[in-house]
Amino acid sequence: MHKINFEERKKQYLAAMEEYKARIVVCGGTGCMANGSGEILEKFKTVVKEKGLSITVALEKEKTDFILKTSGCQGFCQMGPLVTLYPQGILYVHVKAEDVEEIVERTLLKGEIIERLLYKENDGTTIAEMQKIPFYDKQKRTTLELCGRIDALDIDEYIAHGGYEMAKKAVLEMTDDEICDEILASGLRGRGGGGFPTGRKWALTKVHKNDTKYVICNGDEGDPGAFMDRCVMEGNPHSVIEGMIIAACAIGGTDGYIYVRAEYPLAVVRLQIAVEAARKAGILGKNIFGSDMNFDINIMEGAGAFVCGEETALIHSIEGMRGMPTSKPPFPAEKGLFGKPTVINNVETLATIPIIMQMGAEKYAAIGSENANGTKTFALTGHVAHTGLIEVPLGTTLRQIIEEIGGGVMNDDGTLCGTDFKAVQIGGPSGGCLTQEHLDLPLDYDHLKSVGAMIGSGGLVVMNQQTCMVSIARFFMQFTQNESCGKCVLCREGTKQMLELLDDIIEGRGTAETLELLESLARTVQAGSLCALGKTAPNPVLSTLKYFRKEYEAHIFENKCPAGRCEAFANYAIDPEKCKSCSLCARKCPVEAISGEKGVPYTIDTDKCIKCGACIGNCKFGAVYKG
Amino acid sequence: MGTAERFEKVSAIIEKHGREAHKLIPILQEIQEEYSYLPEDLMLYLAKEIGVPAASVYGVATFYAHFTLEAKGKYIIKVCDGTACHVKKSEGILKVLEEELGLDKKKRTSDDMLFTLETVACLGACGLAPVVVVNDKVHGAMTPEKTRELIQAIRKEEAENA
Repeated sequence: MHKINFEERKKQYLAAMEEYKARIVVCGGTGCMANGSGEILEKFKTVVKEKGLSITVALEKEKTDFILKTSGCQGFCQMGPLVTLYPQGILYVHVKAEDVEEIVERTLLKGEIIERLLYKENDGTTIAEMQKIPFYDKQKRTTLELCGRIDALDIDEYIAHGGYEMAKKAVLEMTDDEICDEILASGLRGRGGGGFPTGRKWALTKVHKNDTKYVICNGDEGDPGAFMDRCVMEGNPHSVIEGMIIAACAIGGTDGYIYVRAEYPLAVVRLQIAVEAARKAGILGKNIFGSDMNFDINIMEGAGAFVCGEETALIHSIEGMRGMPTSKPPFPAEKGLFGKPTVINNVETLATIPIIMQMGAEKYAAIGSENANGTKTFALTGHVAHTGLIEVPLGTTLRQIIEEIGGGVMNDDGTLCGTDFKAVQIGGPSGGCLTQEHLDLPLDYDHLKSVGAMIGSGGLVVMNQQTCMVSIARFFMQFTQNESCGKCVLCREGTKQMLELLDDIIEGRGTAETLELLESLARTVQAGSLCALGKTAPNPVLSTLKYFRKEYEAHIFENKCPAGRCEAFANYAIDPEKCKSCSLCARKCPVEAISGEKGVPYTIDTDKCIKCGACIGNCKFGAVYKG
Repeated sequence: MGTAERFEKVSAIIEKHGREAHKLIPILQEIQEEYSYLPEDLMLYLAKEIGVPAASVYGVATFYAHFTLEAKGKYIIKVCDGTACHVKKSEGILKVLEEELGLDKKKRTSDDMLFTLETVACLGACGLAPVVVVNDKVHGAMTPEKTRELIQAIRKEEAENA
């Protein structure tokens, strides 16, 4: 097995980078790809060649003028497609293929900045340098640092930025105890939602002796509204592999599995390419880094089941069975995949491991808050000006995230309203909601737990004042009901009944008893389910009931939806501007709720109206509306 | 394709993955990629080949959302109904598609076998919400109007190629 010479590779790469006039990085995250970053990439190639200059997409022996790279998600999805130009670090936003010629002509050749393509603040000032934009400036990117800067498909780029050095150190120089202690000292807790100390998990797996031991990377990121793991797998797959090698060293692992959600085809492809490149470099396979350690990684694509994010369900899925959770103990540490000791870590957790080793445990532990060290990535979405992927120290407040990074809350009509949100859903269908009163609550494991929410995998969905919280609770209930595997009766049937009770409320059939029943059923489902899916399924209902009980009550007792969202409570009205007072609606109304006279717009008496919709269907001028 | 050829094709897929019970899911995935659904005879054949009870194969095929036992249309349209898309009104887009394609909650494939409509929990493209995916091509920031245009464009392309 050949040994990889890191220093040599790094030197070669850095020397080559010096040669290029510019390094052009086009964001290749799903968001930017959907907005046409693929075309932009092609356009750069043709435009540069038309100008008689040369461009390359990979390090080659011959010297070229420019190097063009696709990166993983750069995070600022709202502003995509993104193009970054190095060495200056200029970020152009909302770039179109038509802009490429001007970028080459003016910025690359003349060094001018194109004002029109820069990021603009609300007051109209532009910022050219990526790092100075508040969205980036206010973050602390550690796990995501390379994601979005390097080419995910090029192992040399990863190595040139210090990649695989820590895996090599772990394999050749460190004992299993030293690795476990280092990770334990860093205070790293599982980033997938559970928050269990990673170092301890490894130490617990290490003690079970076996010839075959598995390291599994849980990439079954199923929470709706969360896409952090996808970005890491797509943007920096080698960091996940490196984390797995270090984990394998710590526990004595012999084989690895990366279980990726089927909805992430790009992540699957990039991981496959990365694993193949690592094998070729002697980093995976037999005698890795020239040692006597063997470790290889298989990639398994999920088949669409949220419950497979639960570790025992995930193990059964790899074994080729239905992904249904089983009771613990035995814990995977003792009897996991194919009955062998197994450690399962989330993508973000594993990608953070090499960074901790590089920084040193102490330095990493200094970031964040007490009992929650380090940084956490969040997928910031919903009604916020700047949606995207962010990373902040644990313990950062909601106010900092929404105001400074997110750029404020957005109303339905597109106007901004500072931090005037109604709720922020954190932790997906297992989590809860946070309200105005939590604006200054530090976001970490324990503080969130104290208010009935959880950090979960890190989805942050901001909801503006025009959102109906009962509908949101129903939305999550529908999700968990669909995804219940059916093993536990209370989860299978209980969630279905809860959904029907929520439907009753939303469709105007709710009574005081409905609310009581909903609450008691929620507690029963929590108590009577085996796995976290069932145990946490009622959380969105309980949490909205806690903070928005008035909204539930308005639906039930006042027959109205305060947000004006639920159709059952919508009133019919006539737009006086459009009404020609033809009287057709009044004649069609079965309960004589519409009145008026010639020359004056007609009106609807909402007390009499039975909401049959006859008026709306008969108006020839589109004057009747529902709202 | 004749029956013998179909079984040969499946045999090749099994060989590629290995004749082992735990390879069931990747094998089913590849069969579905080939046929766009899981035909019953091939599942029975597979069960025998890898030594798994037919009931277990059926159990797995019906457990996971990605497997389907019915043939799907040429264009598979996935409407994302994840949280971010939901709060940005993905429901309206779903309605437009049902209307435009003549589908409802039960009927998910159009009569001309051109379109199958699906909802998915989250595609992880929340920054672009609401999102519609047509055969792996992601369309972001969708509106009912843009959705209609998208369908019309596909129909036009199909008519031109016919």
